[in-house]
Amino acid sequence: MQAQSYDAIVVGSGISGGWAAKELTEKGLQVLLLERGKNIEHIKDYPNATKAPWDYPHRGGRTRAMEAAYPVLKRDYPLNEKNLDWWASDQESPYTEVKRFDWYRGYHVGGRSLMWGRQSYRWSDFDFEANSREGIGVDWPIRYADIAPWYDHVERHAGISGSQEGMAQLPDGQFQPAMPLNCGEELIAGRLKQHFDGRRRIIPGRTANLTQPLPGRSQCQYRNACWLGCPFGGYFSTQSSTLPAATATGRLTLRPFAIVTEVLYDRNKKRATGVRVLDAVTNQTTDYTAKIIFLCASTLNSAWLLLRSATDVWPGGLGSSSDALGRNLMDHHFRAGASGRIEGLDDKSYYGRRPTGFYIPRYRNLFGDKRDYLRGFGYQGGASRQGWSRAVAELGVGGAFKDAAAQPGAWTIGGTAFGEMLPNPANRVTIDTAKKDKWGLPVLAIDCATGENERLMRKDMMNDMAEMLEASGVKDVRTYDNGSWPGMGIHEMGTARMGRDPKTSVLNAHNQVWDAPNVFVTDGSCMASTACPNPSLTYMALTARAADFAVTELKRRNL
Amino acid sequence: MSETQQGQGIDRREAIRRVTALLGGVVFVGQRDLLTAVERAHARAAAVRQVGTFTAQDIALLDEVADTILPETKTPGAKAAKVGPFMAVMVTDTYDEQQQGIFRDGMRKLNEAGFMTKTPAERLALLEQLDREAKAYMDTRARGAPTHYFRQMKELTLLGYFTSEIGCSQAMRYRETPGRFDPCVPYTPGETAWAGHA
Repeated sequence: MQAQSYDAIVVGSGISGGWAAKELTEKGLQVLLLERGKNIEHIKDYPNATKAPWDYPHRGGRTRAMEAAYPVLKRDYPLNEKNLDWWASDQESPYTEVKRFDWYRGYHVGGRSLMWGRQSYRWSDFDFEANSREGIGVDWPIRYADIAPWYDHVERHAGISGSQEGMAQLPDGQFQPAMPLNCGEELIAGRLKQHFDGRRRIIPGRTANLTQPLPGRSQCQYRNACWLGCPFGGYFSTQSSTLPAATATGRLTLRPFAIVTEVLYDRNKKRATGVRVLDAVTNQTTDYTAKIIFLCASTLNSAWLLLRSATDVWPGGLGSSSDALGRNLMDHHFRAGASGRIEGLDDKSYYGRRPTGFYIPRYRNLFGDKRDYLRGFGYQGGASRQGWSRAVAELGVGGAFKDAAAQPGAWTIGGTAFGEMLPNPANRVTIDTAKKDKWGLPVLAIDCATGENERLMRKDMMNDMAEMLEASGVKDVRTYDNGSWPGMGIHEMGTARMGRDPKTSVLNAHNQVWDAPNVFVTDGSCMASTACPNPSLTYMALTARAADFAVTELKRRNL
Repeated sequence: MSETQQGQGIDRREAIRRVTALLGGVVFVGQRDLLTAVERAHARAAAVRQVGTFTAQDIALLDEVADTILPETKTPGAKAAKVGPFMAVMVTDTYDEQQQGIFRDGMRKLNEAGFMTKTPAERLALLEQLDREAKAYMDTRARGAPTHYFRQMKELTLLGYFTSEIGCSQAMRYRETPGRFDPCVPYTPGETAWAGHA
């Protein structure tokens, strides 16, 4: 029989939860790792990892039956034939959209660490100081110096490849060698750097793909099939990186199909005592106890869990005493940019499918630049030679047409901006008691929208890319703004923000719930702002930092 | 597939009983409609090598259209890559009703033009004419206006062929695990492209 008492309970097994489990077990704690979905074992449970394109009946596309079954997921690329099994069912786990919010979830061991985009960037003090400097939201209770050693720590273990660039807005780190720019990108990068005097630069995308082996993991094999699971362990996931480390301690208990319905709270001790788990298969309920609890269920799921916990003490849920719980939901807004054609490289190509592209770090509202909006954006992009699909819209049928379509086409290059979204207390989640999920839990209602600052920023997001491409000699430049709805970025942040004051924040500087100091929340819900670089590396670092603090406090008997 | 095969073994009365049971014992679909639906299902199951409502004849037409768009050259053509059945699967499973109607109407037009009885040269001439017509229409159509049927056929043909085993590994080059990344290599005109991963 499974034990019911542990030193620590970690709720959620994605990027943050995997790190919490690793750090806490390695520091000697007996840890129960709870995951609401099924188990996925490294390599063994990657059934599509080595399938060829022709092995899929619809070649990876989507059917009308899939669209009917996934009314939310169908809104963007995640709905596809290849890894459909790894996206949560919209029907089993519905939510209420007060305004459109695209919530793309991974309910299984590893969570979205299996399907993530892997771009990994440090944030800088331009990001941690912005709220305070501009009087927006609340001040981050930490600065870059607080988190820098933890970035070092997680980068070494996760394996981040990238180049050292010496840019203040995008700090360098403990990187493996970068995946280089291809010759199209290199050409444009050189021209861009010259034209903008180094202020705007194309650098290799920093990615959680290995260019050197780590224990138990091979370097990337350049298949670019990461989101099917990597049989080489070439990219960071819970399965490839943190779970093996946690398991190796002998102190980890992993329990899949464990939906945490509430955090149990003792009003006399003013501490959480454990969690209540609903078995997703049998519907049986079990209580587990622990000295400390890490909530790493993903931004909205951690908020949802807090909202339905300790409601006998706080009607608004555990951590709601400030009224900040559930508020200030954010995401990156994107899908605006430009692309064009590179001339003069027809005698050049590349070999291998690199699982990353280039990055243009933020330059707006920095170093003397001043815009009519706050904050900024960075670009992710790439250059490549066109494939056969270009021929669909071209004139031609017959043998010569076929043989030409089988050859590489023109070099093209493009970039999509990822912009910062400001915190706004009106963007919030609440419990919708009128609707229940498959397991009878009242669902989340999400009320979130971008605002005027984002609208103004999007003009630059689109036009700047065109300006940079044209200044670099790129031809046929075309801009686009395909619209962006919160959630689509799959960078949900906020709803349980860190802060300096228990009256205006949910968590303190060590991710402790002000109202229950033995409860730590270290996933995206803790974020007080979004910055513009991808957030996952920061979740890893904050989680490792909070775990270290938690164990120290436990030893001091403060928890 | 197995459901359809099971369907052949049961009679109408049993089929209605089962559907009624699925609906919680309450028949709220008119019984007449239900009979028609069951009859249609039986008719579909009876045909040989069908895909959805596409008959073997339909698929033969699609195979020949695809093979005219992408014929055998130094490498095998679209028919060898089974693009006809692929198109039928894609139209059946991924097209909405309006798109299916356009596609079906296009097949009817090709049949009326006697596509199957034409020589290869005549087929090519007909499709070249349709290709020009489709491109002119697609390049100037109003936003949201329906797709031209020949654009549908051409798109599905290219998708089906260049993601097939023949298309990936014979018309192009395919390496499941490249093992390395060379950011810049010489390219000589005529060299085929490297196919993408799944």
